[in-house]
This record gives sequence, C-alpha cells and structure tokens, in this order.
Amino acid sequence: MNINRRTLLALALATGMSAPTLAVAQAESIKIGLLATFEGAFTVLGEDSERGAMTAVDEFGGKVAGKDIEIVKGSSDASPDSAVRAARKLVEQDGVKVLIGPLSGDEGIAIKDYAKTQPDVTFLNGSSAAQDTTLRDPASNFFRFSTDGAQWMAGLGDYAFNEKGYKTVATVAEDYSFPYTQVFGFMAEFCKAGGHVPSKSWVPIGNKDYSSVIAAIPDDVDAIYVALGGADAVNFLSQYNDAGGQAPLIGGSITVDQTVLTAKGRLHDVLVGTPAAGPTADTNDDPAWKEFSEAYKKQNGAFPSPSLFAHAYYINMKAALLGLQEVNGDVSDGGKKLREVLSGLEFETPTGKVSLDENRNAIADMFLTEVTEAGDGTLVNKLIKVTPQVNQTLGIPKDEFLALGAVSRENPSCP
Amino acid sequence: MVDTSGSHSNPLAQSQGMTRRQVWGIAVLVIAAVLIWMVFAQWPDWLNSILISKKAFLSAILNGLTLAGLYFLVASGFTLVFGLMRNVNLAHGSLYLLGAYIGYEFAEWTGYWLIGVAAGFIILAVVGLVMQILVFRRLEGDDLRQTLVTIGISVVAADLMLAYWGGTTYQILTPGWLSGAIKLPVVTAVRSNGTEVFLVYPFYRLVVLLSAIVIGIGLWLLINRTRIGSMIRAGVDDRDMLSASGVNVHFVFAIVFALGAGLAGLAGVVGGSALSVAPGEDVRYLLASLVVVIVGGMGSITGAAIGALIIGLAEQIGLVYFPTYGVVLTFVIMVVTLAIRPHGIMGRSM
Amino acid sequence: MTDLTLNPTRNRLQSQNWIEKAGIGHILLALFLLIYPAMASDFFLTQIGGYSLVLGMIALSLMLLAGYGGMVSLAQITVAGAAGYVVAIFGENNSGVYGFGWPWWIYGPLAIMIASMMSALIGWIAVRTEGIYTIMITLAVATACFYFAQQNYALFNGFPGYNGLRAPEFFGVYWRDPVPFYYLCLANAVVAYVAVLYGARSTFGLTLQAIRDNQRRMRAIGFNVTAHKVFAWWLAGLIAGAAGILLVWFNGRISPGTIAVGPSINILVIAIIGGLRHPIGPFLGAVIVVLMQTFAIDLVGAERFNTLIGLVFLVIVFISPDGILGLWERFKPQEGRDNWRSFKKAANKSENQGRNA
Repeated sequence: MNINRRTLLALALATGMSAPTLAVAQAESIKIGLLATFEGAFTVLGEDSERGAMTAVDEFGGKVAGKDIEIVKGSSDASPDSAVRAARKLVEQDGVKVLIGPLSGDEGIAIKDYAKTQPDVTFLNGSSAAQDTTLRDPASNFFRFSTDGAQWMAGLGDYAFNEKGYKTVATVAEDYSFPYTQVFGFMAEFCKAGGHVPSKSWVPIGNKDYSSVIAAIPDDVDAIYVALGGADAVNFLSQYNDAGGQAPLIGGSITVDQTVLTAKGRLHDVLVGTPAAGPTADTNDDPAWKEFSEAYKKQNGAFPSPSLFAHAYYINMKAALLGLQEVNGDVSDGGKKLREVLSGLEFETPTGKVSLDENRNAIADMFLTEVTEAGDGTLVNKLIKVTPQVNQTLGIPKDEFLALGAVSRENPSCP
Repeated sequence: MVDTSGSHSNPLAQSQGMTRRQVWGIAVLVIAAVLIWMVFAQWPDWLNSILISKKAFLSAILNGLTLAGLYFLVASGFTLVFGLMRNVNLAHGSLYLLGAYIGYEFAEWTGYWLIGVAAGFIILAVVGLVMQILVFRRLEGDDLRQTLVTIGISVVAADLMLAYWGGTTYQILTPGWLSGAIKLPVVTAVRSNGTEVFLVYPFYRLVVLLSAIVIGIGLWLLINRTRIGSMIRAGVDDRDMLSASGVNVHFVFAIVFALGAGLAGLAGVVGGSALSVAPGEDVRYLLASLVVVIVGGMGSITGAAIGALIIGLAEQIGLVYFPTYGVVLTFVIMVVTLAIRPHGIMGRSM
Repeated sequence: MTDLTLNPTRNRLQSQNWIEKAGIGHILLALFLLIYPAMASDFFLTQIGGYSLVLGMIALSLMLLAGYGGMVSLAQITVAGAAGYVVAIFGENNSGVYGFGWPWWIYGPLAIMIASMMSALIGWIAVRTEGIYTIMITLAVATACFYFAQQNYALFNGFPGYNGLRAPEFFGVYWRDPVPFYYLCLANAVVAYVAVLYGARSTFGLTLQAIRDNQRRMRAIGFNVTAHKVFAWWLAGLIAGAAGILLVWFNGRISPGTIAVGPSINILVIAIIGGLRHPIGPFLGAVIVVLMQTFAIDLVGAERFNTLIGLVFLVIVFISPDGILGLWERFKPQEGRDNWRSFKKAANKSENQGRNA
C-alpha cells in the first residue's frame, strides 16, 4: 500500500490537509490479508483476483472507518498445503484479523479447516467454489459472499433441455472436485427436466490431448457438455474442430470466457451458439456492472473485462470492508461483532443483491449466456437470462439436497 | 541385446520342430493379421461393445502413434546425450518448452510456421551448445553434480519462462495447408441407410508422425553411416579410447549436445502446434522422455523409438479405456520393464 | 578408501571427557535448540522451527542414502507421504472417507512400518540400477505414486486428499500446540540425527560406505551388496516415515500435492544446499530453504521465489559440492580438504577403471 499512502500524502499536501490527521491515519491502519495464487500455473488468475480486491479497496479510497487499509499479500501455488502455509504466515506472523482468499476449490476446503483453529480471525472466501467449503461441516468464521460451482450452473440444464431441445448429453471435464461440482450443478437440473447423460468422460488433470477422448464420445448424443477452462478449453475446442465434430456444445462457467473467445485458432464455428452459465456475464447491460467494469479497468494490467476471479475477490473484499465500516474498524473483541454484522450483511453488487444463508454461503443472481457473433465477426457472450437469487441447494430443500450426496465421478448419474 | 542366440543354443526348442525365432515370427504374423482385420473389417457388435467403437479404437491407436512420434523426437536427444556423456540432462524438458515458446514467437513474428520450427531447432541447438561449454564441460567426470546442476537449471528456467511468457497458454497456429481433417480409407461404421462412415483424422498429426519417422531414419543414418556418427558410436562404447585415438572428444560432445537440444526444441514447436504451450509442459515431457528411455534402454536410438511406441500407445489407450488409472499405466510398464530387463529393452549393461 | 574422514571427530572418540566426546558445537547447538522456544514467537516456533526440523528429517533420510550409500533418491517425500496417508486413513480425518479413529500409539508405529517397507520396496527396485539411474528411477516411482494417489478415490480420496488430521492429545498436552509440537519435532530429529551419526560408524555404516566407494570389491570380498543397500533404504524409510507423521500433524492435511514432483525436488534441494557430508547438513539446508520460502514474498516477491532458490542451489552445486557444510569446512583448514567431491571423483575414477578393465 506504499503507493496509495504516497498518493494520499500528495493529496494531503495539495489540499493543505493538516499533518496531525495524517499522522493519526498512518498510525492506525487495518491489516487485511489477501491470499491468492501469485506463483505457479495460476499466477495470471491470482493477479487478476488481486485487481478485483483492489478495485473494492479503491472504491473505499483506501480507507475504512477513518483508518488506512493495509493489504498483506500471501501467495500459494494452488495446492492446499501451500495455501494453509501462506494463511498461517498471514495470521500468525503478520497478525491479520481479516483474511480474504483463497482462489481455488480445494484450497478453500483446507482454509476452512484452518479457520476452525483460529476462531478470532475472520475469513472471507476469495473465489474458491467447492460446495463443501460451506455446505458440509462449515466453519463459523468462514464467509463466502461469492457462490459455489454448482450454483454457477443455475438455469443451464433447464435451458439445454427445454429451449435447445437436447435430450441426451455427454460430459467432458477434468478429473477433480471443481468440475465434479459443475457437472453436478448442470445435471441436477438437466436430469430433473428429463434429460439423460449416457457418457461422462473424466480427463486426468494436466492432459492436453483430447482427441482420443473426443473419438470415444458416443455419436448419438445431442450435445456435449464441456467443463474445461482456459488452455484445456482451447485445446479441446480446436481438437474437436480438427476431428470434424458435429454435436453442439454446452459450456461450464470457465469454458467460454473471454480468454477462450479471443483465442486465436479455428474455434469460431464450434463456439457459436454455445450456452453457458456463471456468476458474471461480459455483456451485462446493468449500469452497476458497467461501473464496476470501468473501475476494474483502472487497475494495472487489467483484462478487457473482469474475470470471475476478479469479481469474486471484489465481492468478498467489499463485504469485508462494509462489515469493518459497520463495526468502525474495531476487531479488538476477536472479530465477534464483525462476524455478527457479516452474517446479516446484505448488499447490492455489480451482479445484483447478495445475502448469506445460515451456513454463510452467498445467495446471488446467476447469468445464462450464449456465444453469438457480434457485427464485426468477433465472438461475445450474449446475456440470455438472469436466474435470480440462487441458493446453495439450488432451490431444493436442504435435507433433500444433502441426501443427494457429495459430488463425485459417479454422483449424480442419469444414463 | 536382443536374444538371438536362443535358437542355436537351445536344442529343446529345435527338437520340438520350431525354433524360437519361428515361434516369434508366427506370433507377429498372427497379431499383424488381427490388426489388419480390425482396421479394415466391419466390426461385429460384440467387438464394438468391448472396445466402445471402431472409431474410438482406431483413433486411440493413431493418436498413440502420433504421440509416440513426438515422444521419440524429445527422447532421442535425451538418449543420445546420455549414451555419449553419461549425462542425464534433467533440464531436457525445459529445452522442449523453451523451443516451443521460441517457435511461437518466431511464427507470430514472421507469419511463417516453418520459420518457427527452424528457429526452435537452431536457437535451442545454440542454447545446448552454450550449456555444454559453460556448465557440463566444467563438471566433466562428475555425473552426479552434472545431474544436480540440470535440476537447478530446470527450476530456474521454468520460473524465468513463467516470468516472461506468463501462465497463459499459447497455441502455435499451423499453416492452412497443414490443418484440417482428412478422410482415411477406413470405414468405421455403416449407417442404417447404407452410407459408409469414414474415419476422419487431423492431417497435421499424420505429418507429425511422418516427420518423426523421417528424423528417426535421418538420425540412424547419421550415426551409422557418417564419420561423425562413427565417432559418436565409438564414444558411446568407450570415450577414453576415443580421446586416446586423437579425436577431439569435446567437439563430438558439443555436436551431440547441440543436436539433442535442437531436437528437443524442434519437438517443442511441433508438439506445441499439435497441442499447446503452457507452464508445466516441461515436467511432463521430461517425465515422458525419462520413461521412454528407461523402457527403451538408455543411450540407444532404436530403444528410444521402441520405448516411445510403447509409451505413446499405452498412454492413449489408457486414456480411452481406463481413464482413471491411464496415467499410472506408463509407470507400471516402466517398473515391469526394469524388473525384467534392468537396462531397458535395447539397453546394454554399462 | 573405506576409512573416510566423514566424521572428523571420530579419531577423538577415545577421549574420556563427555563434553569432548559430544563436541562443543553439539552442546552449544543443543542448548540453543532447547531454549529457542523462550525467544521465538509461536510462528517462528512451528512454522520455521518445527517445519524445518520435519523437512530436515526427510532430507536426512535422503542424506543417509546419498551421503553414505551413494544412492540419490527423489522418492523420500513419497515415503513420508505414505506414512501421512496411513495417519489419515487409520487416525481421524474429516473428509468423510475412512478415518478409523485408532489411537496414535497404534497408527503411529503402523505408519512408520508401512513407510519403511515401502522405502525398502522402492530401494529394491532402485538398487537394480546404479548411480545416475537411481535418480531417474526414483523420480519415476515418485511420480507414479503421485498420479496414483491423485486418481484413486477409494484409498487416497483423490485430488483433495484428507483434511482435518489432528495431532493427538496425551499426557494432558495437545501436541500441535506450538511449544509441545516444537519439542516433539526436536526430539524426533535428535533421535534420527544421533542414530545416523552413530550408525555411520557402526559396522553396517562402514560397510555401506565401502559399498558406495567400490561396489565390485565389496561384492568380491563376499558382502551381499543388494541386502545392505535395501536395508539402508529401510532405515531411511523409518526416518522419513516418522517425519511424514509429523508433517501431516503440522499441515493438518495431506493430498497428492504433498508428494508431487515439486516437493520431492525440494527435498533434494534442501539436502544439497545443506550438504551431504554430515547429518547436520539437511537440517541446515531445511532452515535456509524454509526461511527463504516464508520470507521471499516480503523480499523479492513470491513470483520469483523459485529463481532465487534455484540460483542458490546452482551456486552451491558449482562452488561447494558439500553445500553450506563444505563452505564451512573451507574456512577450517585444520580439518583437511578430503571432502565429498574429492572422494566422489576418486570413486568415479576407480569405477571407470573397473569398467575399462
């Protein structure tokens, strides 16, 4: 926060602000830990999530309740072990009382477990989207104002079955918990609507060659649901194109994001008409989203549009700051008051109203999009529909939802 | 060493009317016949139900062969360097990745894919040369330290490449004449209305396979038919005698190292065009070449080809038929090979 | 060659004074380690102190194999991970898979036993090869184990692994609290350290070192070379296994990421930076690496941490093959220069001669 402090100083001098006030402001700062992947393969995503968090900090002018906000960064390499190690340093060495993070799903579960051992520290999720971070065995001091991977799929299964008319769908996804959660979210609706999923391909993590997997997908499915992100999505799509694939595609939340749509290569034909769902939509016309998008772009090295990592970190950071404002920056009681405030916090975000359920997981709006060709030949995600206020159990009563069991390779199943 | 002596030294086999070689020959013929039948015949339902579909099976085989070609390109340099210098270059994967990035930059800059390929080969050959002169020559005779240094280099190289190129994935675009799919004269299914469905396969992958074969033959000729090749072979057999006979061993070492590194770079561009370029690929291809040369036999080009075939096919067939443990399969093959032949299929005890 | 000057203190063993026997350095070090909790914060106690001791133990098991046996293994973290998974499966976890809740005094020895058997098995595969091959084989075995653990949900709970592993409570102490955990690690590390230090001077230790220096000769004399090597692997497995238990108590979790290629190379880096000549080396290396790992983000930024540590590693390998210890020895002229590099060279030479003969 050096730069910010220097800007403030310059500002203070320019406006003739009295020095004593400044000294007080510097003496009393609020430390917030920011945990994201600043190393390893997810570095790019980690950096964008920092942009999101800083957008919220800048929105508050770098101050909350009259005190300077001091961000202490912690870095993981997306492995749960390193996330816990970084969180430990932030909490036990740097002494942060509020921690935002982590970025990926299994890190989230590990941090939740760590949170239980630090009852005086308030944890807010970054962008991790595993169900069980909050659904089963939650920690009372872990808050998630962003949503989980199954929630992100809201509306997609229904749309695929009823509007698109797909009766049988094959799925292709990576073999770990986040894609399980996404497939679960999609199938929960799709199977309920009457659809069938005869074939699920779980591709080992790190695999880049999908051609054999593509060849093994049954010829008679109406569509293929693809929950792969970034590089994997681009690889899959270009190989699908090379193999002369005919069946239309359905995307997961990170399958058809901006990076994939703007990727070079012959992806155009296979992408047009692909529906997807997620917590954000690039072409959202809501003024609040546009305003957020503009503010985000002021950050160094920003993407053309905030990624869903930037979005999630923004929401959680903003919730933390709103909470701190409410308690006047006072966490001397071990953050008890802050957590009470956070539990009841309800606020307007660039993507609609957000509130928490009793497990401290967000209830928020979800966006259904479809890839279309813009006038100039570029591809954009057109907003089709907003599914309002999706909760973690996807509208199913909680005990019924829990009875469905934890997500896995086999669960759910409707061949 | 292939055991050819069995037919002569084992009277028991002869007394049964067939030599061991004949038995092997018949087995190979039968397998070949079955394979040819599987490629051209229309599959009965029971076979389709076992192997998912003819399309899936043939695609897996073809993809396995392509992947084997790629693995061979990477592993041949690795095995050549080892054979001559007893130097396990654990930075070989980094050379692959660097070649891929450089190929990408040049292909983007000039607009010609072939220039990217050439740049990947030439620049990496130079990098290899520099590594040999600056690093390995100084540590000559200390195998363990050479290996440790390559581990250090790979750690630093991976981090610097991540710093420069970032964590994003690059796709090296193949030119139009190489892309697209072609129909192979193989019928995979017959629709109910009688039309035949042909197997469609990406043209570029066939080109990868073909170029690997061409380069493999080229390497074989280089080693077996040229003067420098005879020096290399002499060096593999006994490098002390080679230097004693007046050959500039360092020159031979430098050539081989440059060639090995260049091949890794070339493979990087070729592989990066077929799949994609991203951090982590260095470790993947390092492990792949390790397994390939351990199975095939360290130091043998033929061994690298055999190892690449086995591993490439195993990986793709595993991916389709038992995806969950497919990735483990290659390592199981390696351990089994080691248990039976500690120095690999074509390896010699050193 | 068998009479190595690995332990300069050896020829002074005859002296009667226990202070001299243990060495003044050891006593000072022991004193420092004992009163360290009085001066360190909780964070420095566990995250730096405890963690360094645990990693140091794993690296010590590598040092035992590499320094005395000439077998550089990249599978030590895999062995430690095996013990960790046993703890997760037979102890308690909150991942909803297994977690039989056995008491620590059953699952602890079981974990160490399984880890040491696994180490012996890996060793049995690896000793079929020599020298440089061993690195490759063990790297491949480590990777295979990593992939298997990641793909297998029935036993290893796949990618997420096991969460919520708790250190036990006994004698009224929760052993994951900073001070008890530190002393627990210290006690284990000291036992392992002393065992390796004195084991190296035992008949077995000397035989192992002789095998490292000239395998043919030892075989010719009539020693069972393979059995000695595999037994060394088994011993290394005991140390790595104990460290593995402490590691999962420390992390509170285990997942395939714990035993991936990166961590396994990390262990090698620790051992090399510290030095393979003396069992104190791995612990020195661990302290350096852990400090760098923890505070690099405040110095150079987390982004370039690996470059930093890689460069340190390269410099060490280049200028001082015996790691930090080697640097130390350089400035201690009276101890002579018969260091690892020189006898390694000699060993190579004799091996080459053997091959050419």
